[in-house]
Amino acid sequence: MSDERLLTLSSSPHIRDGSSVPKVMHTVVLALVPGAAMGVYLFGMPALVTILLAIASCMGLEAWMQWLTGRKITVFDGSAILTGLLLAMNLPSSAPWWLTIIGSLVAIVIGKHLYGGLGQNIFNPALVARVFLLISWPVQMTSFPSPKALAGADAVSSATPLTAIKMELMSHKANIDITQLPQPSTFDLILGVHGGSLGEVSIIALLIGGLYLLYKKIITWHIPVSFIGTALVFSAIMWLVDPMKYANPIFHVLTGGLILGAFFMATDYVTSPVTNKGMLIFGAGCGFLTILIRLFGGYPEGVSFAILLMNLATPLIDKLVTPSKYGEVKGNG
Amino acid sequence: MVSNELTWYMILLSSILINNIVLIRFLALCSFFGVSNEIETSIGMGMAVIFVMTLASAATWILWYALLLPFQLEYLRTAVFILVIAGLVQFVEMYMKKALKSLYNAMGIYLPLITTNCAVLAIALLNIDYGLGFVNSIIYTVGVAVGYTLAIILFAGIKERIALSTTIPVPFRGHPIGFITAALMSLAFLGFSHLFGL
Repeated sequence: MSDERLLTLSSSPHIRDGSSVPKVMHTVVLALVPGAAMGVYLFGMPALVTILLAIASCMGLEAWMQWLTGRKITVFDGSAILTGLLLAMNLPSSAPWWLTIIGSLVAIVIGKHLYGGLGQNIFNPALVARVFLLISWPVQMTSFPSPKALAGADAVSSATPLTAIKMELMSHKANIDITQLPQPSTFDLILGVHGGSLGEVSIIALLIGGLYLLYKKIITWHIPVSFIGTALVFSAIMWLVDPMKYANPIFHVLTGGLILGAFFMATDYVTSPVTNKGMLIFGAGCGFLTILIRLFGGYPEGVSFAILLMNLATPLIDKLVTPSKYGEVKGNG
Repeated sequence: MVSNELTWYMILLSSILINNIVLIRFLALCSFFGVSNEIETSIGMGMAVIFVMTLASAATWILWYALLLPFQLEYLRTAVFILVIAGLVQFVEMYMKKALKSLYNAMGIYLPLITTNCAVLAIALLNIDYGLGFVNSIIYTVGVAVGYTLAIILFAGIKERIALSTTIPVPFRGHPIGFITAALMSLAFLGFSHLFGL
């Protein structure tokens, strides 16, 4: 039965490429290692525990679901490891063990296997889990420990650079001025020495991984460039309008999960459009929604919501920018 | 929460995205699940909802302020609104069938479906509860209906893709996976909450 399915040829676009799934997945995992390693270096043992727990529970649940649905057990194809690692990188290092496991459950069972497993999901599983946790347990999901380099062990500061700005904006003071807030230097932002999810803080490590993926041709430039580019342009416009209320564009790109999202989560093959033009629209939508939520929304960070929202628009984008078939006359369809 | 103090584009933004009738308020679910198997039909349904809702809101608003309030018949509100909406839609359908055949073919089949849609009554009641003026209540209604159309078109796009999948576990095929998808869409739309303080 499952062998027959392998031979079934659907009409284009061909989204899946079965033979190279483990290779692609393991390359992406490798590209995430610098970011995750910086997270462990900055936040210490709790970060490592969260990462290992997320990967182990994702793999366990993947095997369980595959056994339950009577399919071949392919836990070691790398996709469950990748989902687990991405989920952990989106959690605070102080995430309690049950939070990590519930996250894995939502990601693997609801986000992936109820849709039919690998290559069938509509939403990015790790992001579904992150948003689910953020809405269900906002306190646990937004208390970020300070990196060890900043303070003594176990010091908890709840404000990321973006949260600090959001609190100032929501303070209803007469003269809101975010430029006076104590924020980490640009150098610290690039290195990752500030509060945040354990895998999103170190921009330099994530960029190394992202460039490696581009070099290996696992991802193309379209989504990251349009994502980051749109975010830059939109935040620059608002910054020029009122620098007292809106942070500068460089700050927006270097904080929060923007780089992690643009290179590793928005570029997921299954949940993003297949054509280059579709990817540009997708990335631009992600960038716009991210900054919209950051500047005007109720949440300090909008990357995960933005990518989920564009995930759900992906089938429509694919439909709108379908390339014309060979021999088809333009305007005749 | 909308009020007369908001500008028209804020009312639209609030009703389309932030308080989306389907994904945030969980109304109009029957047609949302029933008529979303293809993008084409969901567009037709959306257009019909925009048309009927606007008509019903206008009629019930006038009825409320011209008849029910002056004669202190507030307690008859729900019954009168249901009757008027159902009768109005039925009348419009009959008129369309006779006079506007092409328009009837495009959206006539959806009209009886909407007559009994909870969202139409809900918006007619909310217009009154929020104390909106006539123009604002029309803007609000159009926004709500456009929000419904947006949600159902996005949902139909996803359902068309899901329909191609052969590996969804058997107990989850059809409506169950539809419900899960709608729940996840609703999660994503929570990102808009409190946008511009609305």
